[in-house]
Amino acid sequence: MDEALLRGLTPSVLAILVRRGADFAAAEDAVQDALVEALRVWPADPPRDPKAWLVTAAWRKFLDATRADAARRRREDLVDEEPPPGPAPAVDDTLQLYFLCAHPSLTPSSAVALTLRAVGGLTTRQIAQAYLVPEATMAQRISRAKRTVSGVRFDQPGDVATVLRVLYLVFNEGYSGDVDLAAEAIRLTRQLAAAIDHPEVAGLLALMLLHHARRKTRMAPDGTLIPLADQDRTRWDTALIAEGVHILQTALSRDRLGEFQAQAAIAALHADAQTAEETDWVQIVEWYDELVRLTDSPVVRLNRAVAIGEADGPQAGLAALALVDPSLPRHTAVAAHLHERAGDLPTAAHLYAEAAQKAPNLAERNHLTRQAARLNLRAAR
Amino acid sequence: MAKYLLLKHYRGAPAAVNDVPMEQWTPEEISAHVQYMRDFAARLEQTGEFVDGQALAPEGTWVRYDGEGRPPVTDGPFAETKDLIAGWMIVDVDSYERAVELAGELSAAPGAGGKPIHEWLELRPFYASPPTITE
Repeated sequence: MDEALLRGLTPSVLAILVRRGADFAAAEDAVQDALVEALRVWPADPPRDPKAWLVTAAWRKFLDATRADAARRRREDLVDEEPPPGPAPAVDDTLQLYFLCAHPSLTPSSAVALTLRAVGGLTTRQIAQAYLVPEATMAQRISRAKRTVSGVRFDQPGDVATVLRVLYLVFNEGYSGDVDLAAEAIRLTRQLAAAIDHPEVAGLLALMLLHHARRKTRMAPDGTLIPLADQDRTRWDTALIAEGVHILQTALSRDRLGEFQAQAAIAALHADAQTAEETDWVQIVEWYDELVRLTDSPVVRLNRAVAIGEADGPQAGLAALALVDPSLPRHTAVAAHLHERAGDLPTAAHLYAEAAQKAPNLAERNHLTRQAARLNLRAAR
Repeated sequence: MAKYLLLKHYRGAPAAVNDVPMEQWTPEEISAHVQYMRDFAARLEQTGEFVDGQALAPEGTWVRYDGEGRPPVTDGPFAETKDLIAGWMIVDVDSYERAVELAGELSAAPGAGGKPIHEWLELRPFYASPPTITE
């Protein structure tokens, strides 16, 4: 059975229930129950029309739950007949679901969890495993999120930017368990791009594809980080790169630049270089200038210092770095790298060791410790 | 989305404000303390932030490898001065500020006289997974 196909049907099935008058929280539970049943039943007995099957199953689950609820509350005047199948849901409905699940009243972790379940069709257990928390905790997080958005009208227009931030988080942060969160983020962003014509949605999709293309080369099998300059570029996925570049160029041609398009442009320039030496750092610096203008983010200024170090030499990079807040994560790591390129190996070794102490994850800490060790060994010879 | 360890010490933490050994509390005060800890964990489950909570026995042993074919060397019990961990709670929260807020609540658990212990808790971030997008 194609689980991705099943999950791809989730938002439209959920939207049909909501259009029929089910409230979002109850409809979402019903769709989840129907998905779980589909996973159980379909392998032996595949339906001819998977979507119709899901709608029928979810609607029954909804009615069962509503009836049980109504009985409890001694109200029996609720829905009991199955309505005729509604019109095919507009693409808009899927979009509304994205808006609702990324509603600004939700915390980032709640929005991520709700999006993965209600739009992505993942089970609570899968989401819990992906974020290494107990299933009960994730169930509570999701039901709280649903309560938080319960008063939001389904047809209220939302902000694409909040949706993009949630999808970016799914792509960028998470553990590598059974659920491939990066692939899921790409699937959800593709689906969003089909529902709304917006250059930043295209920009984010391009960004994801261009980074996903390098995925096999970012880490050695033992988990060791491989920096961009040392990656085996022959193993980059050229089909994903071509698709990402095409999507990006189409978006850029509309002349409505945004931060995701600019980030994707940088990724595209890296993807374009056959070797690290051929990287067009001058153009990359120009894109960082755009990003500084668009976001004024300190992290962007830090990355810009790295790019300037490559384009104009380490001294220029260090001068750019001097203007960046030194308390920023990875500031020391960047300083170490620039000092090494400037030939000041003792300072670089010292800074690498200090950066290792401040690293935000184990893979980076080990990488930076190894860099310090490499320079110390060279000094000892 | 970040995980933090809230670490509670038998020994080794700076002295609490309400620093009376538990055996000198009244039984009711002990019950109130235990109930507070249970309620705290239950509340975190409700907010979708609870990951794990465990308590450790104070007894422990140092163990180390002693070479091929030899049994590990053990040493213990720990000397009195040793930093001694009593237990932990792991939370999954949206920010450092939220982790500090929760640790503060946990430190307010009632002790002698039913007053908050103001116990020092150690707050330690977990290493995250490396991000996908780095440049």
